[in-house]
Amino acid sequence: MSRYKIAIHIVPRRGLLDPQGKAVSDALHTLGFAGVRDVRVGRHLIVEADADTPDAADRLARSMCERLLANPVTEDYEIATVSQA
Amino acid sequence: MKFGIVTFPGSNGDYDAYQAVVEALGEEAVYLWHKDHDLQGADVVVLPGGFSYGDYLRAGAIARFSPIMREVVAHAERGAPVLAICNGFQIACEAGMLPGALLRNKELKFSSQFVRLRVEQSATPFTSGYQPGQLVRIPIAHGEGRYTADAATLDRLEGIGLVVFRYVDAEGGITDPANPNGSARNIAGIISERGNVLGMMPHPERAVDARLGSADGLPLFESILAGVGA
Repeated sequence: MSRYKIAIHIVPRRGLLDPQGKAVSDALHTLGFAGVRDVRVGRHLIVEADADTPDAADRLARSMCERLLANPVTEDYEIATVSQA
Repeated sequence: MKFGIVTFPGSNGDYDAYQAVVEALGEEAVYLWHKDHDLQGADVVVLPGGFSYGDYLRAGAIARFSPIMREVVAHAERGAPVLAICNGFQIACEAGMLPGALLRNKELKFSSQFVRLRVEQSATPFTSGYQPGQLVRIPIAHGEGRYTADAATLDRLEGIGLVVFRYVDAEGGITDPANPNGSARNIAGIISERGNVLGMMPHPERAVDARLGSADGLPLFESILAGVGA
């Protein structure tokens, strides 16, 4: 058993209106970042958890996302990194 | 008839619901603490408005795992009535008792105002006291009330008559300006397929007496009473 640090990204599903992302995108355009095409604002979680292997830690994190951390109707999640804590 | 009103940490509509039941309807009500495992014999469960668990993670996401929710879900699975208002609607969606989700209002603002609703379905245990198509004035108070579901779910809800309330203008028209939060197809309230779980963002318990600005929410409570019986 080792301790892993798991970084999780959760963002509003593409195609759904994300008014926060839209407001940020508009502000970036105002600042002159004319190349900005889309912004979605989500959450970044860092979970520390004990697991046998990096793969097991990844599976654990996916299960957390499906059961609590992400809303399956409106959000997509991604396990960004799994590293030894 | 006995109403059980759940109090989560952060609920703020529980007292209003209690007053609506006891003072306006003249029936019995009990508060159910979120850590309880017992509905105390309630015939009807109310999931009230508020900000349970500070809306941490997502509105309703944590409350759904409160001990009392196991009993509430079992109550609904027996076909018994659950009235889920505002944050309660968010919790019911998170718990899978109703389809879809409630997202941040389109304009990013908390909206506290009277809105006009059209009763789309009067053949439910919650709305039998209204005329089909009746327009009612009921207040909203939420920052995350934009009802969202995929197109297939929305089509199914509409196709089998599960949309109970819609935001409309004074003439009953389904327009964008009448939609206070950007909800899909102006949906303000939906009911479960079995017809026993009603979720709605507006607050009928805050419109049960003309002194509150409207008594248009009272028939909803009277409908429940007529359906379940005293």
